[in-house]
Order: sequence, then C-alpha cells, then structure tokens
Amino acid sequence: MKSLTRRFGAKPRNYGKQKALWGIAYVTPWLVGFIFFFLIPLLSSLIYSFSEVTANSQGISISLKGLTNYVAAFTVNTSFNRLLTEAIVDMVVNVPLIVIFSLFLAVVLNQKFLGRSFARAIFFLPVILASGVILTLESGSLVQAVNAQNAGSSGLINALGSFELERLMLQAGVSETIVNYLTGAVDRIYEIVSQSGVQILIFLAAIQTISPQLYEASKMEGATGYEAFWKITFPMVSPMILVNMIYTIIDSFSRNELTDLIRTTGFVQFDFGLSSAMAWIYFAAISLILLISTYFVSSKVFYHE
Amino acid sequence: MSVSRWLSLENWKRGFWSLIRFTLIFGLSFVILYPILQKISTAFKDKRDLYSPVVVWIPENFTMSNFLDAIRIMDYWPTLFNTFVLSAMTTLLTAASCALAGYGFARLKFKGSGLLFACVILTILVPPTTILIPIYLNLKEFTLLGLIPLITGKSVNLLNSYWPFILTSLTANSLKAGLYIFIFRQFFRGIPKEVEEAAYIDGAGIGTTFTRIMMPNAIPAILTTALFSFVWQWNDSFYTTTYLTSSKVMSTQLSSLPYNLSIMLGGDPSKADPFYLSMVQDTGILLAILPLIIIYLFVQRYFVESIERTGIVG
Repeated sequence: MKSLTRRFGAKPRNYGKQKALWGIAYVTPWLVGFIFFFLIPLLSSLIYSFSEVTANSQGISISLKGLTNYVAAFTVNTSFNRLLTEAIVDMVVNVPLIVIFSLFLAVVLNQKFLGRSFARAIFFLPVILASGVILTLESGSLVQAVNAQNAGSSGLINALGSFELERLMLQAGVSETIVNYLTGAVDRIYEIVSQSGVQILIFLAAIQTISPQLYEASKMEGATGYEAFWKITFPMVSPMILVNMIYTIIDSFSRNELTDLIRTTGFVQFDFGLSSAMAWIYFAAISLILLISTYFVSSKVFYHE
Repeated sequence: MSVSRWLSLENWKRGFWSLIRFTLIFGLSFVILYPILQKISTAFKDKRDLYSPVVVWIPENFTMSNFLDAIRIMDYWPTLFNTFVLSAMTTLLTAASCALAGYGFARLKFKGSGLLFACVILTILVPPTTILIPIYLNLKEFTLLGLIPLITGKSVNLLNSYWPFILTSLTANSLKAGLYIFIFRQFFRGIPKEVEEAAYIDGAGIGTTFTRIMMPNAIPAILTTALFSFVWQWNDSFYTTTYLTSSKVMSTQLSSLPYNLSIMLGGDPSKADPFYLSMVQDTGILLAILPLIIIYLFVQRYFVESIERTGIVG
C-alpha cells in the first residue's frame, strides 16, 4: 500500500481517509453493476411504461404517450386486474401465516430432542427443492394430483382432515372468517412449509443468539416455558419478524401468475410499454404493502440498544 | 423415589410435550418428503401400473424406461454439465463480488456509503420483472457505454451466451445478489473490530487484512451464500429462459420436457397420454434435483451450523 501511494506521488493519507478510499474501491464493482443492470434499466422501464415502444431492425423507437399504458393495463387487459388482486390477497393471507408458522417451528427445532439434526435437515430441504422451475412444474403434475385425489377419497385422511376441525371450532364459537383462514392454512400446509425454509433458518439463528442466562434467571424466578417464550424469545427475535416478513414478500415475486403475465406481455406479445406499466403497478402495490406493514411492525419491534 | 417421579406432574407434562412434538415434526417431515417419495415411486413405475388400482407405492413392473426416456429427451449429461458450469461460475463470482461489497459496506465507511447501502436494499425490493425488459434490450445490443461499436463498428448480442450471467454476477447484481450483500455485511459487522486493529498494527494493509484475516473468518457466510446462489441459479427459470433461449440448461430443458416428449412419441402433442407425459416429467424433475440433493447431503451439516453463525441476525 505504501509503495502504491508513493508510486502515484501522493502524500500518504491518514488512516481514516485510506479506509474510505478502499471502501469506495471495494464497493465499485457492485456500483458499476448497480448502475448498468439496475438503475438504468429501472429508469428506462419507467420511461417505457409511459410510452409506445416499437422494436424493429434499427433498434427501438420510443414515443411518449402519457398514461395510456396504465389505463390499458387496468381496462383493456382481461386478466391483469384479477391477477393483481390475487397476488396481493395471497400475499396478505400468506405472510402472517408463514411468519408465525416459521417462528413456531424454529422454537420447536431449537429444543433438544432425539434426531434434531435430522429433522432440521428435512425442514431446510424446501429451501433447495421448492424454488424456481421445480415449483412451477410440480403444481402441474397430473400424477400427483390424481394420487392426492385417491388419497383424499379413501376416507382415512378425510376423517382427520380440516373438516372436523372446522366443525369443532365453529361449535366453540370462533368467528367464521378466522375458522376459514385457519382451516385454509391446514389444507395448504405443503405450500406453507415449502415457503418457510429460509424463514425458519433466520429465526433459528436469532433464537440461538439469545443468551441462556436470561432463561436461567427467569426459570429461577418461576417463569413457565410459555411465559419465557412471550417475555424473552418473542421480543428478542422481533427484529427478525420484520426481516422475515420482507423476505416472504419478496420471495412471492417468483411464484405468482402476475409475473408470468408481465413476461408474456413483454416477450410473447412484444408490448414492452404495457408490460413495463404492469410491472410498475405491481411494484407500486408491493411498496405500499411493504411500507404499511413495516410501519406497523417496526413500532412494535424491540431493539436491544 | 420412582413413585414420586411417576406421579410428578412436571414429568407427565414433559412426556406429553415430546409426544406432541414428535407427532408434529414427523407429520411435517412427511409432508415435505411426500412429493419426493411420490416421484421416486412414480419414476420406477411402468405405464401399465399407472392405471392399475392395486399399485399405490410399490410398482408391480419395475422399469427404468422412464429414466431412459427422460435422460434421452432432456439430453441429460450435456445439460447436467452445462448447468453445473453455469451455476458454479455464477456462484464463485457472486460470492467474491458480494463479499467485497459486503465488507466495504460493513467496515470501510465513506461518505454516502449509507445511501448506497439503501440502494442495495432497493435492489432486493424491486421485483425483477420490472427491470427485465430494459436489461433484455440492453444485452441484445450491448455497447458498454458505446465503446464496443467504436472498436468493432457494431454492438454485440450477448443473449444466448453465458456473458449476461458472468457480467451480472461479477458486478454483484445477479439473482438475489442484494440478499447476499446483506448477509455478508451483517456477518462482517459481527466480527470484533479488535481483530482488524491487531492486523493493522502488525502492518497488514486493508487488502491483506481482508484476504488473510476476514475471509477465513467468513467461511460460514461464504458457504451460505454459495449454497443459496448455486441452488437458486440451478433452479432459476426466470433469468435463464430470458438470457439463454436455446442453450441446454436444466431449467429450460425441464420446462420444455413434456413438449419434446410428445414430439418424440410421434406427432400431435395433444394426442399423447397426459398421464404418461406427467410421469416422465416427474422423472425428469427427480433427475434434475438429484445432484442438488446429493450436494445437500454433504453440506447440510455445515449449512445448518453456518447459518447460525452467519449473523444474519446481526
């Protein structure tokens, strides 16, 4: 380093400045990529969404035409509205379920029991298997669908299925919306388990950073496991609830039909303007949800400092 | 003594809880493993077994023909090789560039580094579909700031090559790279400052400190990001189908498998038996994830351990 500065004839800088320079150097590769593969595309996508894009052999020509694409997305395209609402509703329904479920499982997987590492290995398997093309194809597998049908009609599973649960809870006087929500979750258990692999990992990591002294002290004072969870574990992992919520939301980008619609509009119908407009509407909707949920959750989050 | 233990409520409670826990974990594990078991069972089935009501799990006529069909149609071995090269390449480059950026953001603060890190978060939050079309058009006529046309006279079409993957991962902007930068930053922030200061006092420069002190310490974070990026690249169909239209990698081969199969069976795709198509497709999926499962078996111990020490949680 010293020889380097001497060669360039510069005065040796002080420690802090040197560090800052190196910092810029370390971040530069990312910055170049950020500008070329993110910022410029993002801005041009915004421009496309307000204009008519025609691609021909000379390249692409852009002519501004205002909000036409946005209006077309909402009024002309037959399935955009439906898919957008579906995507948003799915997100709103699934995010709390996945976060609560993965927190619960992380607590369970953190306890000591026989075959714990084996169980952990299985629970993280969806991180690998339920992603990308495999997930898409799996949902379309006919053999699986037929087998599920057979299993369902054979009676044994049905008896223990969510139907009984539903009846039980309704009789106990639980509100019908909540019952439907919960039984719906039971019916989609595979979907939920397969989407919560990374979240379980994050929660598990968070739980293991909590110092055991806290638990010991609370046990001495006579706290039950239940109280220890709500008074110690929950506040200590609450920052991770925010992280996991955001992760779950961005994770849903890759697995909804709206993404497919945006893609086909762009690459099959070659309507780049409309496709960009759809993508921006989707982005705006997600940002709104993220903002609202971050606002509500972060006011409840407990920070150590 | 033994009687009092037998009567103790505490013991009963504990026993009851472990029973519930066992049922829960066993059940959920089954839910997770079920599709894989199903695929394995289907893969060995003969066509006749599909319609036989007595066959549920164990096929009556064992056959390897599904595997042979799937291997032939997917062009399995070359595809495996291509996918492996592609994933390994992006994994190496992504891990390296994200580690650099993560260290820069964590320890080498400069004016505006906070703002730039907010930009990293932004890259995580923006859906990739939003920027896909401009990137596509950009790569189709790649000019590198107008430098390439100056030399060769015309722009280069980078589509259908590995260049888009190399360029994006070299500059830490590939699939989910923002997440990896975040993981590295959190991890480096968790390493005590004293370690670095000791290195500086002993005369190590910032570069040496990074390569000789910080990187060996960051092995858990490196493993985690490497595994994530390898797997997600392997399974990715979003970027792969956009950048690589005709090259043979696993995800494109998988998604076109049913179509290719029906063509191979002769003629009209709509006439082929949908169950048979689905069966071969399941076998194809099994073949595609088999390498991942094998890798996972070897690294899962490090993976589970390492993520606990990555300090994702800060």
